[in-house]
Amino acid sequence: MSKANLPDTNGHFGPYGGRFCAETLMEPLDELLAAYERLKHDASFQAEYDKDLADYVGRPSPLYLAERWTERLGGAKVYLKREDLNHTGAHKINNTIGQALLAKHLGKTRIIAETGAGQHGVASATVAARLGLECVVYMGAEDVKRQALNVYRMKLLGAEVVSVTSGSRTLKDALNEAMRDWVTNIDNTFYIIGTVAGPHPYPMLVRDFQTVIGREAKRQILAAEGRLPDALVACVGGGSNAIGLFYPFIDDETVAIYGVEGGGDGVDTPRHAAPLCAGRPGVLHGNRTYLVEDDNGQIIETHSVSAGLDYPGVGPEHAWLKDSGRANYVAATDTEALQAFHDLTRIEGIMPALESSHALAHATKLAPQMGKDKIIIVNLSGRGDKDIHTVAGLEGITV
Amino acid sequence: MSRIGQCFVDLKANGRKALIPFVTAGDPNPCVTVPLLHAMVEAGADLLELGVPFSDPMAEGPVIQKACERALMHNTSLRDVLAMVKTFRQTNNKTPIILMGYMNPVEAMGYQTFAQAALESGVDGLLTVDMPPEEAGDLLAALAEASIDPIFLLAPTTVDERIAKICADTSGFVYYVSLKGVTGAVNLDVAAVAHKVKQIRRHTDLPIGVGFGIRDAETAQRVAAVADAVVVGSAVVSRVAENADQPEKINESVCSLLRGMRAAMDA
Repeated sequence: MSKANLPDTNGHFGPYGGRFCAETLMEPLDELLAAYERLKHDASFQAEYDKDLADYVGRPSPLYLAERWTERLGGAKVYLKREDLNHTGAHKINNTIGQALLAKHLGKTRIIAETGAGQHGVASATVAARLGLECVVYMGAEDVKRQALNVYRMKLLGAEVVSVTSGSRTLKDALNEAMRDWVTNIDNTFYIIGTVAGPHPYPMLVRDFQTVIGREAKRQILAAEGRLPDALVACVGGGSNAIGLFYPFIDDETVAIYGVEGGGDGVDTPRHAAPLCAGRPGVLHGNRTYLVEDDNGQIIETHSVSAGLDYPGVGPEHAWLKDSGRANYVAATDTEALQAFHDLTRIEGIMPALESSHALAHATKLAPQMGKDKIIIVNLSGRGDKDIHTVAGLEGITV
Repeated sequence: MSRIGQCFVDLKANGRKALIPFVTAGDPNPCVTVPLLHAMVEAGADLLELGVPFSDPMAEGPVIQKACERALMHNTSLRDVLAMVKTFRQTNNKTPIILMGYMNPVEAMGYQTFAQAALESGVDGLLTVDMPPEEAGDLLAALAEASIDPIFLLAPTTVDERIAKICADTSGFVYYVSLKGVTGAVNLDVAAVAHKVKQIRRHTDLPIGVGFGIRDAETAQRVAAVADAVVVGSAVVSRVAENADQPEKINESVCSLLRGMRAAMDA
C-alpha cells in the first residue's frame, strides 16, 4: 500500500496531525482547505506558481555532484540538492510563494508569519513586498538577538518584526504569538506557516509546495545516473525541506530515507531539539506529533546551535513515517554539524546553513559505510551566510 | 444529575445567572489557590473555572500567559491541580469545578488515568481550548465513564452546522467565546453577543455561558442579561497579578471585583 496517500480527509497521518486549535480558527481553516483543494487543480493557479518558481525563485535548483567531498568520504557518491541557490537563500521561499498566492486568491491583505532562524520570515517578507501585502513577522526575543542580520533584512523588506518575550522566547513562542494574532485578525489576515506543522491543512499544503524539491531531484538524478538514489538525507526541524525531498520517493522502497534532527549536546543529554529521537507523542500547535516535553506534558525548551532546528515539535507526517518504519530519524550534535559546515566550505567552496549542516554531518557517517557504486542525495536546504556570526562567535571571533 | 447540571437548575429556580470566575491554579504560588476558590464562592461565584498551567497557552492574552508562567515557576502540574480540587472538596461538595486548559497535560497523563483521577478529586467538567469535538472521540468516552462533563467552545466564526454538532457533544453548559481574539481582549460587542446567543439557543437547551472580554460589573450585567452564565478570567487574574508580591491581599482584591459583578447581575 502506498505510504504517500495521506493525510486523510481530516488531516490525519495515522494517529498524528489533525486539527487541535481554538474554535475560532476551525471555520477559517475549512475555508483555506476548500480554497486550496480548488486551486490545487486549477491550471491557471498552478501555472502562476510554476512561473514564479522559475522566474522569481530561480528554479530548478541544481543537483550538484560533490566530487571532492565524495572522494574525501571514500564511499557513496554524494549529490547536493542546491536549495541554497534559491532566491533568499533557502527552500523556504517555495512555500511562501505558494501560500502568498493562496492569500491573494482568498482576498487577504495582511500576512503574518513566525520565524526561528529568520529564513522563513525573510521569505515571507519577500513575497509580501512583491505582492504589496502588509507583513508582520513574529520572532522569539532570543532569536532576534541570534539572527540580527535577518531581522534587519526583514525590516528592509518592509515587514514589521515583533520580538516575542513570552515563554522561552524562541520559535515555539513566536508560533504561539502568531496564532494569537491570527485568531484576533482572522478577517483580513493570512497566516503563512513556515513548516509542515500546525493544524490541517497546513502540513499537507506546505508539503505540497515543497515537493518541487523531490520532483526535481528525481528527474535530475535519473538524468545524471539513470537510476534512483540509494539514500536521501535532510535535516528536520519542523521538517519542510525534508518532506519536500522525501515525499516523491516514499513509494520507491529501494530508496533509504534519513531525517536528521538537531542533536544539540547529544540526545542523551537534556539539551537537544530531537523529538523524533528522544521525545514522545503529544499535542501542540494544532497537531498531534512527537514533542520534547516533561512528564507533566509541559513543553521543554530545546537546544540546537541551529535556530531553524530549535523547535520542540516536528511535522506529523514525519511522526507517521517514523512509526511506519519508512524513514529513519537520527540526530547530529552541534559539534558534528559545525564540523560538516567547515568541511563543505573548505572542500567544495559551498557554505551551508547550520540547519543543512546536520544533514551533511549524517552523510559524513553514512557515505563511508556504503559502496562507491551507491548514491546519496543530501538536501542542502539553505546557505550559511546568516550563520557566519554564530560560527565566528563559537570560535571566539568578533566580525 | 451532575453538579453542573444541578447548579444551573437551582440558579434558574431562583431567577439568577451564573457567575464563573477563572483563576490559574498555582498562581502566584500553590498555597494561594484553594483558599482563593473558597473566597470566590463566598463572594458570589456559582461555578469555578480552574486553569491548568501550560507552557504554551496559545489562546491566552498576556494576563493569563503570565499567570501560567508564575504557576509553572512552582512546577504546578495537572496532578497538583487535581490535588487542589480534592482539598477544596473537603469543605465544599456543592460548587462545580471546571478544569480549563490545553490538551497536552491531559495527553501526557492519559485520558483514562486523567478521567478517573479527576472523578476521585471532585472535578465536574473539562474544557480544553485546543480540543475540538472532531478529535475528541476517545477523550469523550473516558470522560463519560467518569461522569465528567465535556465543555466545548463556540466562537463568533462557528457556523450553524458546527454549533449543532458541538452542542451534541457538550454537557453541563456550552461556552461561547464572545469575540475573535485572545482572553482579556477589550473589544467586546454585547449586541453581537446577544445575536449569536440567540443563534446558539436554536440548537440547544444547555445553559449558555459567555466569556472573553468581560472585565467589570457593567459588562457582566449586560452579558448576564443575554446569557445564562458569565465567565470572568483576565479581570480576576489581573487582581491576582497586582498582589502577587503580597498574596494575603489577593482574596479581598478578587472578591471585591466579584461582589460588584454579583450585585450588578442580581440587580
